[in-house]
Amino acid sequence: MEFISTLLNGLSSGGTYAMIALGYTMVYGIAKMLNFAHGDVIMVGGYIMYVMMLLLSQNVFLGIAVAVVFCVLLGILVERLAYRPLRGASPLAVLITAIGVSYLFQSLALIVFKSSPKMLSVLQISGALKLGKLSVDYSTIVTLAVAAAVMTALTLFVKKTKTGRAMVAVSEDRDAAKLMGINVNFIIMITFAIGSGLAALAGVFMLMKAPSLSNTFGAMPGIKAFTAAVIGGIGSIPGAMVGGILLGVIEAISFKIPLIAPYTDAIEFSILIIILLVKPTGLLGKRRREKV
Amino acid sequence: MALLEVKDLQVYYGVIQALKGISFEVNEGEIVTLIGANGAGKTTTMQSIMGLIHPKSGEVIYDGQSIVGMPTNKIVQLGMTQVPEGRRVFSELTVYENLLMGAYINKDRSKVKSDIEEVYTLFPRLGERKGQLAGMLSGGEQQMLAMGRALMSHPKLMMLDEPSMGLAPILVSQVFDMIKHLNETGTTILLVEQNAEKALSIADRAYVMEIGEITLSGTGKELAESDKVKEAYLGG
Ligand SMILES: Nc1ncnc2c1ncn2[C@@H]1O[C@H](COP(=O)(O)OP(=O)(O)OP(=O)(O)O)[C@@H](O)[C@H]1O
Ligand SMILES: [Mg+2]
Repeated sequence: MEFISTLLNGLSSGGTYAMIALGYTMVYGIAKMLNFAHGDVIMVGGYIMYVMMLLLSQNVFLGIAVAVVFCVLLGILVERLAYRPLRGASPLAVLITAIGVSYLFQSLALIVFKSSPKMLSVLQISGALKLGKLSVDYSTIVTLAVAAAVMTALTLFVKKTKTGRAMVAVSEDRDAAKLMGINVNFIIMITFAIGSGLAALAGVFMLMKAPSLSNTFGAMPGIKAFTAAVIGGIGSIPGAMVGGILLGVIEAISFKIPLIAPYTDAIEFSILIIILLVKPTGLLGKRRREKV
Repeated sequence: MALLEVKDLQVYYGVIQALKGISFEVNEGEIVTLIGANGAGKTTTMQSIMGLIHPKSGEVIYDGQSIVGMPTNKIVQLGMTQVPEGRRVFSELTVYENLLMGAYINKDRSKVKSDIEEVYTLFPRLGERKGQLAGMLSGGEQQMLAMGRALMSHPKLMMLDEPSMGLAPILVSQVFDMIKHLNETGTTILLVEQNAEKALSIADRAYVMEIGEITLSGTGKELAESDKVKEAYLGG
């Protein structure tokens, strides 16, 4: 029973990682860049929720909605101002710009909100579901349900809509996609919008578990989710889901074993290295056809 | 009046000049072919016309309108399309989905459906494999798909970059028959080929390209009979 509840905990934090990893993987696949600042969007979303709570303490859902919308717009803005001018530039220039954007966000947050962490309980879902000996927090169940819904919706969007298929096309062959009449800039914009919105949403669930917000709030989950995306095969949407969930489950199990619990982070990154040694493209990654 | 007019086009890759000021035209209803050896600049020419490469100088005029600097997706909307070298079908999408992508600029869903049925009539193979991932198709089938996909946007001008490359002789003939058929049903064709003999046999007019320059031009028949072309491209 203990194991099942550990597993469910792992699945729910894995779902959170997956939501963040999706942003990394989609942007990598479609815009062909590593958005180093992705994790910091989570932090920005957190602070927006914090401000919204101060302004309208009663309405949690409105606060969440405002944070998500804000981050969607932020993602679009950053892409437009910082990354689009570098389209076609060397990958290194783009990466360094993204690192710069990351520091910019963190520094701005530090200036505006100071360094002492803000305590913020976004959604308070207390209590646990008890089935015999099994006890699962409601917050875990909600996280799991939302993560599952988000992943299903995204999968359907990519497979069944015109814009979703265009994303697949751009990710596979940008020039061929242009020849179809696809506006690649628009598709990249949509990708940033979705990724940033998901990051903000993931932030809600992170705050549900650990309600302390600082300007580096997004850093560690960002790195973990990036690891998850690489484990799953960066560029692959199902890969990010699998990688995120795998990482969450491993983490939950590792936390439960006293002997190895302190080394959880090291274990996670070691798994990344092992998987990449065995399968350099990640679990579900494909080797891209090289252009002639 | 020329449907497509290229004037003194110059293209560089870094410091290397790939096109040294080429000029040619394609009139409505024609099949025009551009032949030349590897590295002559045929693909560069097509990509510059479609806006995938930005020329240093020169003009591309389509239907009376200058299109240099226009984004590729806008150029496609004007009624031009390119079947790229190496087919470049979307291997992660099915045959049917590839055709849908070809109709990306068409908002009328029922028209798209009936267009897809027409492509299946034209290329029965594609209809049989509509649910299959394009990456799993044979080279010939991928070429059919690339052509069918290009047709989905109802182009006035279709440019094909070495459509016969890597195909078995019987398939090569089929591809050329199809190009002729498309032309007879109203599509203007600009064809880049290394298979000079076949290309010249269906072309109204032809241009010979050599390292970034157009060195010869004439009707398909004239060029097929020219000694220079015979020697260089038709194996004596
Ligand atoms: N992306 C690129 N970067 C640098 N040089 C390039 C690039 N693409 C083509 N070239 C060079 O430009 C010249 C023209 O190339 P292009 O691909 O247009 O020739 P082509 O006539 O299509 O040849 P092929 O018959 O082999 O397809 C060649 O010398 C080639 O090496
Ligand atoms: Mg070529």
